[in-house]
Formats: sequence, structure tokens, C-alpha cells
Amino acid sequence: MSFLLLLNLFWSFFKVGLFSFGGGYAMISLMESEIIAHHGWLTPSEFIDIIAIAETTPGPIAINSATYVGFRIAGIVGSTVATIGVVSPSLIILLALGTFLMNTIKEPRMGSIIRGLRPAVIVLILLAAVSLGKTGLVDWATFAIATTLFIFSTLFKVNPFYLIAAGAVLGLIFYPY
Amino acid sequence: MDNSITENENRPPDNIGASLRKILFTFMKIGAFTFGGGYAILPILQREIVYRLKWVDGGAFMDILIITQSLPGPLALNCSILVGRRLRGTVGGLIAALGIVLPSFLIILLLAAFLLPVVWNNEFVQAIFYGLRPAVVALVAAAACNLGREFVKDRFSLGILVLLLAVSLAFHLHPVLILALGALLGLFLFRKSDPQK
Repeated sequence: MSFLLLLNLFWSFFKVGLFSFGGGYAMISLMESEIIAHHGWLTPSEFIDIIAIAETTPGPIAINSATYVGFRIAGIVGSTVATIGVVSPSLIILLALGTFLMNTIKEPRMGSIIRGLRPAVIVLILLAAVSLGKTGLVDWATFAIATTLFIFSTLFKVNPFYLIAAGAVLGLIFYPY
Repeated sequence: MDNSITENENRPPDNIGASLRKILFTFMKIGAFTFGGGYAILPILQREIVYRLKWVDGGAFMDILIITQSLPGPLALNCSILVGRRLRGTVGGLIAALGIVLPSFLIILLLAAFLLPVVWNNEFVQAIFYGLRPAVVALVAAAACNLGREFVKDRFSLGILVLLLAVSLAFHLHPVLILALGALLGLFLFRKSDPQK
């Protein structure tokens, strides 16, 4: 495991932390472009499994994914480096820049920027859904599982954790053994 | 060091007696028991920090939420850092971050290092992941829909959404570029509208 690899790992997840507006799902696109497209560290199939694992374990998805990806690439050292990478932007922004940034946020112009960022974030999440769909929807059963859970999530706002649990049960039932 | 963030934050902390160890353990507990990420964590954070421990009052917590939602990074992490910072300054913020990160970190390490390599080739584990993958696709697509319903209510927002989606499907733009275009379009389109929303 080289120093350069660790540096790349840190920098990749630093960028993921720095540009992940609007919660966990928005950073899926970013992680994809860093981890799969740019560095080729994981296959799309490994990546979607990591998101599934991150959803089933407690804690923010971004942190769970960073820890897991880091481990897959460079063991315990890698997971430490990736996790520090993904939390660093938050620490720097909130602790070091602190008061200066807080005052900037109240500027009306910042409000305009944030209103423009929201639809952009939704686009990122849609793109993530499309590319994950290419890996996850492999036959009629997986397509039906996705459709059913999508309806439950949008209409009834069921907690993601229960939807993931339902996915696991449905997988056990419909898997072509 | 000046810990004030907004007008509400300028009031002295409601509980100055929070020890660093108490901050660490409180956030570790929150980190260990919240499934489903971001928005699922907020009610639990609020119950512990505002109602039970009375570390910040409701108004200051709202301020913290507003600030974290307009900043990058995991929501739960950002909230924790700001609460810790308010209680014990920079060190408090670092300790709160450590607390919220540590449980996820350790659980994932245990999974990745010991559990998954052993069970991965098991047929039932493969079956579970066969079902988890479409579930993830559903959740991500649903997140986009739910956010769209909440935030895309005017024609400018819808216009930005449609434009960016079309451009990124056609040219495969880098995510950061998509965000930058959104910010830029927002800056121009929303200049004259109400600055509040």
C-alpha cells in the first residue's frame, strides 16, 4: 500500500465531503465518478452493495461508505484515511471558517445559490438512481422489488431501514437459486 | 473564541456543564442507534440534545438545522459538530464529530474485515444482496422524488432541473460541474425573488 494511494483516497473522499450538498444520496454520484469512473477502485456491482451495507448499518451513509470503500482499497489504514477525508470538509468549514461562513450564509445571494443547488442535487440523485438501476435491476423480480419499494417510499414515507429490510426478505424469496 | 452563529446563538449556552466525555458518549449513542441516515437522525438528535439533556434550546437547534442544510457534508455530522462547538468550542466540535463517526466506523470495519469475507459466498447472503440492490435503487429514486416535491415548486426550479438533467444525460458532466451550473443559474434566476425561501 503506497503513500500515493492513501493520498488519492483521502483527496477523493475529501471532495465527496466537500461537494455533498443535500444529504447522503447526492454524494452517490460523486462517489461513483471518483471511485468507479476516475480511479477504477471498485466495480459497479461492488459499489451498489456498499450502498446497501451503508443503508443497513447505523450512521450517515457518507461515513459508512467511506469506511467500507477505504477498507476494500487499503485495509484499516485505508478506511481511517477515507473516513477522515470525508469528515474533514465539515470540520474545516464548521470549526475553522466558522463565524465568517455563518455570516455569509445569511446573505440574500447565498439564498439564491442554494435555491439553484437544490434542483442540481435532485439531478445528481436521479442520475445515481439510473446508474445504480443498470447494476441492480437484472430481471423481472428485481424490477418488481424496486417498483414496489419505490411506491412504499414515495407514498407512505416508510423509514429507509425497513425498506432495506423488506428488500432483503424479498431477495431471499425471489432469488433464482 | 467566538462561538456565536446567529442571533439565537448569541445567548449563553443553556448547559455549560457538559463534559467532553459526556459529549463523546452522547454522540456515540446517537451514532450507534440511528438507521437510515440524514433525516432519520434529526428527530433522535433533537430528543437527546434539546429535550433530554437541554444542551441547546429549540430556537438554537432550528438555527443549527438551517445552517447545516445549506452546507456540504453529512447532515448528522454537521449538526453534531455545531452542537459540540456550542457547548465546548472547537474541541467540543471535534469530540462530537468523533462520537458520531466512531460507531459507524467500527461497525463497518467489523463487517468488512470479519463478517462479510466469511459469509460472502453463501447462497443466502447472495440472495439477500440480490434483493438489497433493487431496494437501494428504489430508495435513491424515491429520495429524488421526495426532494423534488419539497423543493421544486416554482418554474425556475423546475427549469433548472429539466435543463441540467437534459445536459448531463447528453454530455455526461462531472457532478461538481452540475452543482456549479445549478448554483450559477440560481444566482441569476432567483436574484429578484424573495431571499427568504
